[in-house]
Amino acid sequence: MTAYIIRRLIQALFVLILVTLIVFFVMRLLPGDPVLIYVAQTAELEAMPPEMLDILRAEFGLDKPIMVQYANWVSGIFQGDFGTSIFYREEVSMLMLERFPVTLHLGVLALIIGAVFGVLAGLLAAVRRGKWLDKVVTPLTYVGITIPVFWLGILLMYAFGLKLQWLPISGYTSPMDDFWLSTRQVIMPVISMAVFGLAANARQMRSSMLEVTQQDYVRTAWSKGLSERKVIVRHALKNSLIPVITLMGIGVGIIFGGSVFVETVFAIPGVGRLLVSSIFGQDYVVVQAITFIIAVIVLVVNLIVDISYGWFDPRIRYG
Amino acid sequence: MVAGPNTDMEFLELPPRVSEWRRFRRVFLSRGVVVFGLIILVLLVFTAAFAAWLAPYDPYKPAVGRALQQPCKDFPLGTDTLGRDTLSRLIYGSRTALMVGFISVAVATIIGITLGLIAGYFGGMINVVIMRLMDALLCFPMILLALVVASVLGGGIQNVIIALSIATIPGYARVTHGLTLSIRENDYVLAERAMGADATHTMLRHILPNAFPPLIVLMTMQLGNIILAEAGLSFLGIGIDPPGAAWGAMVYDGYKHLLRNPVLSFAPGLAIMLVVFAFNMVGDGLRDALDPRLRGLL
Repeated sequence: MTAYIIRRLIQALFVLILVTLIVFFVMRLLPGDPVLIYVAQTAELEAMPPEMLDILRAEFGLDKPIMVQYANWVSGIFQGDFGTSIFYREEVSMLMLERFPVTLHLGVLALIIGAVFGVLAGLLAAVRRGKWLDKVVTPLTYVGITIPVFWLGILLMYAFGLKLQWLPISGYTSPMDDFWLSTRQVIMPVISMAVFGLAANARQMRSSMLEVTQQDYVRTAWSKGLSERKVIVRHALKNSLIPVITLMGIGVGIIFGGSVFVETVFAIPGVGRLLVSSIFGQDYVVVQAITFIIAVIVLVVNLIVDISYGWFDPRIRYG
Repeated sequence: MVAGPNTDMEFLELPPRVSEWRRFRRVFLSRGVVVFGLIILVLLVFTAAFAAWLAPYDPYKPAVGRALQQPCKDFPLGTDTLGRDTLSRLIYGSRTALMVGFISVAVATIIGITLGLIAGYFGGMINVVIMRLMDALLCFPMILLALVVASVLGGGIQNVIIALSIATIPGYARVTHGLTLSIRENDYVLAERAMGADATHTMLRHILPNAFPPLIVLMTMQLGNIILAEAGLSFLGIGIDPPGAAWGAMVYDGYKHLLRNPVLSFAPGLAIMLVVFAFNMVGDGLRDALDPRLRGLL
């Protein structure tokens, strides 16, 4: 197991280096000179003498060879320095500390709801295969994995926000400031974010549960005269959860992807919305920081999933 | 070639031959949802092909005098802010969705399969570099990768296609890589190599055809995902060249007038959902018909 973990860690380190290269060089694909973009947004470009541009270039380190720039950028990141936002005139790291907790608040809730209810729905559908419960749950999972997240948000907003007026239609309040208002505000965004993962988990859970219940050891458990609850919970559940765990690793990426839309629809000041506004504002230092942090989170979560997978299923470890 | 007497006997032992195509068709059409998905796709292609005849109005020409009309006899789904008929724009939007979907999937498939074949066949350092690069790309949520790449390239429909292709290449590379690894071990590949066939020939003539069933299923499902992602990008305002009609952008335009006429936003969203659903279901059906062992893997 230790050898397996070490192998996975080395692999992840290599992938992490590639991630930094991708983030850094994709931003360099930008047509035009970063200094000119910066100047054009901050001040009067015409009034600026060419020598001034050179000074700025030196200040940002853009006069150095590209590999040196890359090295500087990476070493900055490891010291928590992501540069300064052009638009917000603020340290990007401060901006991240402001915005990430908002997205994580919604995202973690969505992930938990998706996992718990997804597994439960899939389990019930499998156990009651072909009965009315299965006939309701299974088609709903098809809908859940195909519904566009932004559209689902709009539908919810229309029904529960505008027509029934049960919930506030937009905004975000920290649960520390006003827990009740905060909870009411996050209900619709969290549901929108959770639905895809919930449906995907339910589908996976249903099919792996159906497969596991065909196994000999489950039949043995039945023939011992155990109750249905015991057979399912004690014998079938653990093994059928294994494929679902991988899906949860993927789910983290999907939730970050969904946050872009959900935060746009519900006007929530998280990283998703910040990413979109930074893209339109050509604030590429911020775009760089957000994509990098998200990629690292996804990488780490998948590493944990892989390692736990090896723990659950020894065949993977030695494969 | 002389057939020995035993050969005939062996043939007699075999069960009656069912044509492969018949078996495929029977399994493929055995589920109602798959047939439903197939019908939607046929209708979609028909709509896109004959958009010019089907659309009751010009989808692009603004007519400010009739802006934001409620659904009525003349305009079954109402009109948008510029007075353009929503139904006509919905019909033309099918072209955008299909075009982006097919081109992106074609580009991503070709590049992804090539990378996967090379990595899986040659192994070693090439394999490590290619596959870890794919892992690195997979760290970025697909929609975010597409969003950033498209905006860095400067928006526009062709850049959206490039971005969506890049974002989906790793999926194909991974699947092809895995398939290549297992197919490579077969005796017929070994025989081919022993005869001194060159690598390209072996990969294209022997490995690729055997990897085809899972890849075709993946492509079908990815078509749905790409259309969903394209809708997402155009919802955010990336990739549509006005006055072009894209479903995602229409949802966003309608969102701004949700109280006035919710249909503006509901109709294109429903269209996206139906199409994505259809591609998923047809992918499911293809999987069951081509190779049921893939269940749970794709």
